[in-house]
Amino acid sequence: MNDLFFGVHGQDSGVLLQLFLHFGLLSLLAIGGAITTAPDMQRYVVGKQGWLSDAQFTSSVAIAQAAPGPNVLFVAVVGWNIAGLAGAAATLAGSLLPSATLALAATRFGDERSDSRGMRAFTAGMAPLTLGLLLATGWILTEPVRDSVGPLLLVPFTVAMMLKTKISPIWLVAVGAVVGALGLAG
Amino acid sequence: MSELPGDDDDGQRRPRSAMEVFRVFNRLALQGFGGVLAVAQRELVERERWMTPAQFLELLSLGQVLPGPNIVNMALMIGDRFLGWRGAAAALAGLMCAPLLIVLLLAALYRETMSQPMVAGALRGMGAVAAGLVIATALKLVGTLRGNPMGLKACALFAVLTLLAIGVLRWPMVGVVLGLGGAAVATAWARIGR
Repeated sequence: MNDLFFGVHGQDSGVLLQLFLHFGLLSLLAIGGAITTAPDMQRYVVGKQGWLSDAQFTSSVAIAQAAPGPNVLFVAVVGWNIAGLAGAAATLAGSLLPSATLALAATRFGDERSDSRGMRAFTAGMAPLTLGLLLATGWILTEPVRDSVGPLLLVPFTVAMMLKTKISPIWLVAVGAVVGALGLAG
Repeated sequence: MSELPGDDDDGQRRPRSAMEVFRVFNRLALQGFGGVLAVAQRELVERERWMTPAQFLELLSLGQVLPGPNIVNMALMIGDRFLGWRGAAAALAGLMCAPLLIVLLLAALYRETMSQPMVAGALRGMGAVAAGLVIATALKLVGTLRGNPMGLKACALFAVLTLLAIGVLRWPMVGVVLGLGGAAVATAWARIGR
């Protein structure tokens, strides 16, 4: 029971404070999403502090990606594996508070100036970059499966179904899971 | 940024209560395997009609430039626009609460389940579908570039350069956003002024 709630390393308020502060700092550097900070997070919790092993860190990311919801939840799994529930709370709060405050301030600032030349130039200029980033993200996500035919067929299949039908994405994810579980994606 | 229209305008709707915001974000979060973005586009633009595709892309641009998780930033901004801080809190709670419980449960069960080959295979298949979902979302939003003051050719150039820099060359995000983004915003600024 103790293991479940306080993680393998035991709970220590100093560790929690360090987790909160470090993840908070990373949150403010996380342009392009939380996953872009994963390499630095790994450097900190695996390399510098030795709180987790490499395999534990990688599996933390994999668990979060297997679950529904925002990818940022992987920081909660990292925190959980270090210091249980309190650790998950510390890493998640650290990752969300600074960037959330900034996002709210920015949207209010932007809304008040929505017709200004500067804001129009910003949204028009960033639109193609955002599309390019989405395509890049999709491309990077294909990396682990690029060497086998099954998943390579799953990618265009998914794109076609999303563009041509109203089917909910969750069914496509289910198809992917079944195809993969049957070993066809191996 | 254009204001989000009300119900009477162009078939667009808006949420009536923080509870509705919570429910919609909870629903889309629970469908979002391997990222929530594709589901968000479908639910917020196509199903709930809270925003146009162009508005979705605008918010996504802002969410990506700002530090922090894109989808969380977007949820906060959408909730805040409709219903102020209560809407922002409802959107964040809807997005995070149920998935957080699930992910922690999975973490607790990890040793017994995740190392099995069938589970690993399922994860690979789901990953491939997640890639397709993100690509499809991008393709759906391409049409919004038609009204862009930079023109289609400049837009295509910036999109392809971004894809190459981030996806293929793996340059750091901050540099690409500042460099390419700066050039794109400057181009748009000049075209709007003409």
